[in-house]
Amino acid sequence: MVAIILVIVLVLLVVWYISSYNGLIRTRTHVQESWSQIDVQLKRRNDLIPNLVSTTKGYANYEQSTLKKVVALRNQLTEVPAGDHQQTMEVSNQLSTTLRSLFALSENYPDLKANTQFTQLMEELTNTENKISYSRQLYNSSVASLTVKIQSFPSNIVAKVHRFQESDYLQVPEEEKTAPKVNFDDFGQDK
Amino acid sequence: MLYDQIAMNKRRTGYVMFGFGVLTLAIGAALGYLFWNSWFSGTVIAAIVAVVYMLIMISQSTNVVMSMNHAREITDVSQAPQLWHLIEDMAMVAQVPMPRVFIIDDASPNAFATGNDPQHAAVAVTSGILSRLNREEMEGVIGHEMSHVRNYDIRLQTIALALSAAISLLVNFASNWFWWGGSRRRDDRDSGGNVIGLVISVFLIILAPLAASIAQMALSRNREYLADASSVELTRNPQGLISALEKIDDSAPMKEADPNSAALYISDPFKHKQKFADLFATHPPMAARIARLEKM
Repeated sequence: MVAIILVIVLVLLVVWYISSYNGLIRTRTHVQESWSQIDVQLKRRNDLIPNLVSTTKGYANYEQSTLKKVVALRNQLTEVPAGDHQQTMEVSNQLSTTLRSLFALSENYPDLKANTQFTQLMEELTNTENKISYSRQLYNSSVASLTVKIQSFPSNIVAKVHRFQESDYLQVPEEEKTAPKVNFDDFGQDK
Repeated sequence: MLYDQIAMNKRRTGYVMFGFGVLTLAIGAALGYLFWNSWFSGTVIAAIVAVVYMLIMISQSTNVVMSMNHAREITDVSQAPQLWHLIEDMAMVAQVPMPRVFIIDDASPNAFATGNDPQHAAVAVTSGILSRLNREEMEGVIGHEMSHVRNYDIRLQTIALALSAAISLLVNFASNWFWWGGSRRRDDRDSGGNVIGLVISVFLIILAPLAASIAQMALSRNREYLADASSVELTRNPQGLISALEKIDDSAPMKEADPNSAALYISDPFKHKQKFADLFATHPPMAARIARLEKM
């Protein structure tokens, strides 16, 4: 009888161990996947910037200094070592801010705004910017769930044995920090 | 919260199917009594109509709803880059697959989502909303539709829509029959006890569509508030949705929306004046929605 109980407890322990190990692996994969989503968008933006330069070439006076800064930041971004997420995002955030001011300045160039190629490019760049911030949001939330798993008992035992590392949150640029807190209480459950 | 909502929607889909099923059978029985003096044959016919209708709806819901609303599908990003990109963004944050995209040629700004589940969903917007709303406002609207997709509101709504369409099909059929010779059969029937049956039947035929639409409306109202809130949770930008709703409110009604689909839209496509408080409204008053968003 005692032997049977011991065997059952042992089996349950093994099942628990395996499932929490798999849970950790799954969450870590989510973090990696959401990083690669950000990476895809960063590459895409880097590919779009030369188009921006060539499209605006005809408009000789178009914000040369800002444009130069964009190109410099783009090149800087390609030189950041692949594993350094924090530095990548730091440069990327600067690039986002500069691009945003470039968009705002384009209001002063009516004939440029009438150029369909330019408007298409604007849409592509805006799209990429938005996707970067949304995928950063996803990245941070998957990092949060990994952190919970690594720190909370009892999955922290498994995490320690297999040396799971916590990932760092990505910094959100100042102008995006003003996210509202959504309060569902006001909305009530429908009866 | 979200998972509660999803579970509740799935459960409620069951209730709705059951309730509408009973209603459909009752109408069938009433019709059968009126025309063939037989409850049974009417019930059987109604059951067949309802089952066939449901099967078509479940397998073809998106296409049926879209063609009822004269929507055309766009299949490539180049046809409407901004719309496509926004739907991609919102699908990404809501963590659902990219839905099919449709455009309705109507100058009135409006939008809706439909489908059986997030894997088979579709989003439709009018050409009016594309031309009137800016990117941020559009993002709020698409976020709202994506929340309907993620919460399984679309399944509940689509089934409710299919069933109330089946009921209105039966009732139309009945009223045509009234005009074109339904009376012929009734003449050679004994009066007396039949009068009561007749009154009940007519009553049912008149009231059933009403009951169907009230049920559909009640399903829809609270969901709109929740989808508004979820939209802000996705976009983190209440102002976009607020000014989108203001613009949608401040515009003419749609020309060719399908009445049965009215509850699907983000805003009542017919712009009914809301005199009778809320009972018959498909949507909560716009002012109340905006007020709740402003509180965030």
